[in-house]
Amino acid sequence: MTVIVTESLSKRYPRVTALDRLTVDIGPGVTGLVGANGAGKSTLIKLLLGLAPASEGSATVLGLDVAREGGAIRERVGYMPEHDCLPPDVSATEFVVHMARMSGLPPTAARERTADTLRHVGLYEERYRPIGGYSTGMKQRVKLAQALVHDPQLVFLDEPTNGLDPVGRDEMLGLIRRVHTEFGISVLVTSHLLGELERTCDHVVVIDGGKLLRSSSTDDFTQLTASLAVEVTDTDEHPDGTASLRAALARTGVAVTTAAPGSESGASTAHVLYVEATGEETYDLVRDTVAGLGLGLVRMEQRRHRISEVFQSDDTATADAPEAPGRQPAAPRPTAPATTASATTAHRAIKDGGAPDAA
Amino acid sequence: MPPETRNPATAGAAQDVIHDIGYRHFDGPRLGRGYARRSLFSQSLRGAYGLGRSTKSKVLPMLLFAVMCLPAGIMVAVAVFTKMNDLPVAYTRYAIFLQAVIGLYLAAQAPQSVSRDLRFKTVPLYFSRPIERVDYVVAKFAAMAGALFILTAAPLLILYIGALLAKMDFVDQTKGMAQGLVSVALLSLLFAGVGLLISALTPRRGFGVAAVIAALTIPYAAVSAVQGIAAVQGQEGVVGWLALFSPVTLIDSVQATFLGGTASFPDEVQPSTAAGLVALLVTLVAVAGSYALLMRRYRKAGL
Repeated sequence: MTVIVTESLSKRYPRVTALDRLTVDIGPGVTGLVGANGAGKSTLIKLLLGLAPASEGSATVLGLDVAREGGAIRERVGYMPEHDCLPPDVSATEFVVHMARMSGLPPTAARERTADTLRHVGLYEERYRPIGGYSTGMKQRVKLAQALVHDPQLVFLDEPTNGLDPVGRDEMLGLIRRVHTEFGISVLVTSHLLGELERTCDHVVVIDGGKLLRSSSTDDFTQLTASLAVEVTDTDEHPDGTASLRAALARTGVAVTTAAPGSESGASTAHVLYVEATGEETYDLVRDTVAGLGLGLVRMEQRRHRISEVFQSDDTATADAPEAPGRQPAAPRPTAPATTASATTAHRAIKDGGAPDAA
Repeated sequence: MPPETRNPATAGAAQDVIHDIGYRHFDGPRLGRGYARRSLFSQSLRGAYGLGRSTKSKVLPMLLFAVMCLPAGIMVAVAVFTKMNDLPVAYTRYAIFLQAVIGLYLAAQAPQSVSRDLRFKTVPLYFSRPIERVDYVVAKFAAMAGALFILTAAPLLILYIGALLAKMDFVDQTKGMAQGLVSVALLSLLFAGVGLLISALTPRRGFGVAAVIAALTIPYAAVSAVQGIAAVQGQEGVVGWLALFSPVTLIDSVQATFLGGTASFPDEVQPSTAAGLVALLVTLVAVAGSYALLMRRYRKAGL
C-alpha cells in the first residue's frame, strides 16, 4: 500500500518551475523529504493538500486524487506549517479545540481529543496559558498537536525542528518517531538537514530544483558501511594517543579518518577516530591495537554513516547545498592525515624504545 | 510504591495510579465542511463580542453595545412616563443617529476578526482543513454582519417593547420596527463588507482600525459638507445624489426612500425616488463587490 503517489507532477509559476516532473511513491511510515530551501518541498505539500492545481501530471494521497478530492484529503491529513501560525492571545487548549472543530470534530470529541493530543506532545498545565508566553519548543508542540488533533492517517510536517535547540530537536524527532510507531500515523517530514532525518525516517526522498534526486530507504543510505568511533586517552609515551592509534591502525590496513562528517560537537571531534568496520574482526583489531599501545580506551561505539556522506560520494552532492559549507573542510582532509600519520610514525619509532620499560 | 504496581497489568487494584492508556484513535463521525463553516461563524460572532477571549477584549464591544442601547432605554422611559403617542425617533433613523458608535465598533472588531488570522498566519491552518476559501469568507462576512445586526437591532427591540408598553398603536409600531430591521440589516451587510475588506488588506490591526474609521468618517464628512453647500445654494436635487458617496448616507437615502423614514440630510432635504433607487443599487453592489474582493484577497493566502 502506498500513501502518496505522484506521477510526473509539475508545478510551474510564471518565473520559476517549482516542481519538475516528479514521480515518486511513498509508503507508510516516516518519510523524510530533503532539499535545499526552494527545492520544492513546500510546493509539493501544497499540491498534495489539493490547495493548488498541478501544471502537469497527477498525484494521489491515501488513494484520493489531489485535483478532485482535495476536501476529502484534507479531512484525513494533518499539516504543520514551517512558519509561526499561532495567535498569542489564546490558550493552547482553546486554539487546538477550535482547529479540531475546523477539521469537523464534534464539540465534545474536539475537547477530548485536544486534551489527549496535548498530553501526547508533552504539554501539561501550561496548556491553559496564552500561547504568547510559550517557548519555541512549546510552540512547536502546539503546532504539532493541531496537526494531529483530528486523528489523521497522514501528517505533513514542514521543518518541524526549525529554531529548536539540540535537546528540543532530539525531543521533536523522538516525538515524530512516536507519531508513527505509537499512533500509527504516517509522516512526511521535510528538512534541509539530512543528518536529522537518518535517525527518524524509514525512507528518504531527496529533491532539488523540483526534480527527484533519490528515493530509497534510510537503511540503504546508512548501512552500506558501518563505522566505529574510537576515542583514546593520551599517555606519557604517547602524548598524542589519537595520532599514535591512527598510525598503528593505518599500518594494519584499516581505513581511518578523523573528520566528523555532519555536525557533531566541535571540541571533541579532533580526538575521535572513525574506523571503517569490515566485520567482527575490526572490533578485535581496534581493541588489540589500543591495548598494544598501552592507551586507555575511552569509547568505542558503532555508528552509521551519515546520509550526507553517501551523497557526497555521489554525483548528487549538490542536493544538500546548505550542508556544503560544513563539509567542505572534509574534502582536503584525505591528504592531511597522510602527512601527519607519517610524522607520528617516525615520532613513535623513537618513543617505542622506552615503552616496554615503562609498561 | 513498588514498581510492580506501576505495571498496567497489576495496577487494577490501586486506585491512585494514572494509567497511560496510550494513543486512542477517533472513530466517531467527522462532520465535514458545513459544520466547520458553522463553527467558524459562531467562533467569529462570539469573538466579535469578546466571548471566548480574554476579559480585556470583552470591555470595548460590551461598552459600545451598552452605549448603543442606552439612548433607546432613555427614550422609552421618557415615552412611557410622558405617555407619548409616538417615539421621539423613528426606528429607521436610530442607527443613523448613532452611526459613530457603530463605526467605532466596526473599526475595533473587523480587524480583530480578519487581521489577526493574517498577522499570525493562522489562515493556512484553515485552508489545510476541509473548509475552502468561500467557506472562510462567507463565515467571516456573516459573523461580522451578524455582530453588527445584533448591535443595531437590539436598541430597536428596546424601542419596540417600550412603544408597546406605552400603548402606542400596535400596527404602526410593528410596521416601523420591520422597516427598521430591514434598514439595519442592509447597514450591517454594507458596513461588514467595507470593514472586513479594509481590514483584510493589512495584517496590522492598528492600521486596520485607523483605516476603517477613516473610510467611514471622511466620506461622510465630505458628503455632508458638500450637501450643505448644495442645499444653501438651492441645489436640492443634487443633495440626494451626493448621498451615494458615503456608506452612512447611502443607507440614509435608502431608508428615506423605501422604508418610510426621513433622511438626516441638511435642511431636511429628502432624496428623490430615483436617487434612492440608485442608492439601493449602489448598496447592493457594494456588498457584493466587497464579498468578491474578499474572495480575491484570500486567493493567494493559502499556505
